[in-house]
Amino acid sequence: MRHLMSPLDFSVEELDGLLDLASDIEKNPAKYAHACDGKVLATLFYEPSTRTRLSFESAMIHLGGQVLGFSNAASSSASKGESVSDTIRMVSCYADICAMRHPKEGAPMVATAVSSIPVINAGDGGHQHPTQTLTDLMTIRSLKGRLGNLTIGLCGDLKFGRTVHSLIKALVRYDNIKFVCISPEELKLPDYIREDVLDANGQTYEEVERLEDVIGDLDLLYMTRVQKERFFNEEDYVRLKDFYILDKKKMKLAGPDMLVLHPLPRVNEISVEVDNDPRAAYFKQVQYGVYVRMALILTLLEVNV
Amino acid sequence: MGKSVLNVGRISEGFVLDHIQAGKSMEIYKYLNLDKLDCTVAIIKNARSAKMGVKDIMKIECPIDYIDLDVLGFIDHNITVNIVKDDKVVEKSTLTLPKEIRNIIKCKNPRCITSIEQELDQVFILTDPRKEVYRCKYCEEKYKRK
Repeated sequence: MRHLMSPLDFSVEELDGLLDLASDIEKNPAKYAHACDGKVLATLFYEPSTRTRLSFESAMIHLGGQVLGFSNAASSSASKGESVSDTIRMVSCYADICAMRHPKEGAPMVATAVSSIPVINAGDGGHQHPTQTLTDLMTIRSLKGRLGNLTIGLCGDLKFGRTVHSLIKALVRYDNIKFVCISPEELKLPDYIREDVLDANGQTYEEVERLEDVIGDLDLLYMTRVQKERFFNEEDYVRLKDFYILDKKKMKLAGPDMLVLHPLPRVNEISVEVDNDPRAAYFKQVQYGVYVRMALILTLLEVNV
Repeated sequence: MGKSVLNVGRISEGFVLDHIQAGKSMEIYKYLNLDKLDCTVAIIKNARSAKMGVKDIMKIECPIDYIDLDVLGFIDHNITVNIVKDDKVVEKSTLTLPKEIRNIIKCKNPRCITSIEQELDQVFILTDPRKEVYRCKYCEEKYKRK
């Protein structure tokens, strides 16, 4: 039995297999419509999440399975002080697979120690969010046709953004990737990502402050939100916030094939006027998220179609 | 006045820990939970050392299976461990960094599941032997030594 805690739990070959399966699901949804008949997915969400929980539920329903669970800690036994270990032992009796989101980092890993069903980490605090990374990889591979030979701009909050960290860790395993890290000084990549991931893998990257200076060189722009509360003073925030609002003017500087991705939710960092640009891929990303979660459920349940 | 000599008696069974970085012996006393054992312990602080200038030495008289020495590698892997049995040094071992340490140090990340889950072991994994980096098994937070 396998669990998914980190995007690196899958080797590059296994990941290729998973993404191939997700692509096949996209092309032939009917073939998989009853693949999980009689199976139950438990969604254990100890903190609210709209997109991730609905994406998992949609994935299981499209596979013919059923869903049960809770969507915040207050409506679970956690409010009575039940441990994660006890909850997962109980849920193992009700469901065949579970997706867990928890505000505490490492909670899904605690569950794997006693669970008799596969556990998927659906986000644990600021630590890991592997299915977002799988979604990002699926989107890139589907729309670009490859996961290597790419110049990827990572823009915004690179310090606290876990989706960016996970994506970097996953992409350094592919050939000829170049990262362009676009952020204010205050929100640059943390040392451990630069030293333990980028430098340790001999990865090429550059760090810049202005999006306009580099957007023309990118195959892909991964936007994240710059959060006001991360700044030490209002002045710096005001000085930098507009650098990272992607609008039509900045998109004119980008190449015709550059894709824009965003893990969502966005606030104002991508202007709505960009939504209809064919290069805007962030809503397609949501759809790919369902396909890749369907592929993941099938893989972990060892269901062959 | 002549130089005074400090004599610490021989032990018949137990450990002599030599080449401890000066000042670290009390930390070792704590990590080995020696305060909870009834054994005889001698701590020599700031002993002269040709190699180190000054060093600490510890002598612990106890059955040799009483103490888990793995933790010593984590504290300071340059310590020399002499294992004594029947009044003789039967083994001189050098230490390596343990790959995993359990319930010795605590994760300080307030967002880590170890801060709330009942009776969960505190487990740290050696992730970078060159830089001696240990990370919490659950949240991967780096353990910062004092």
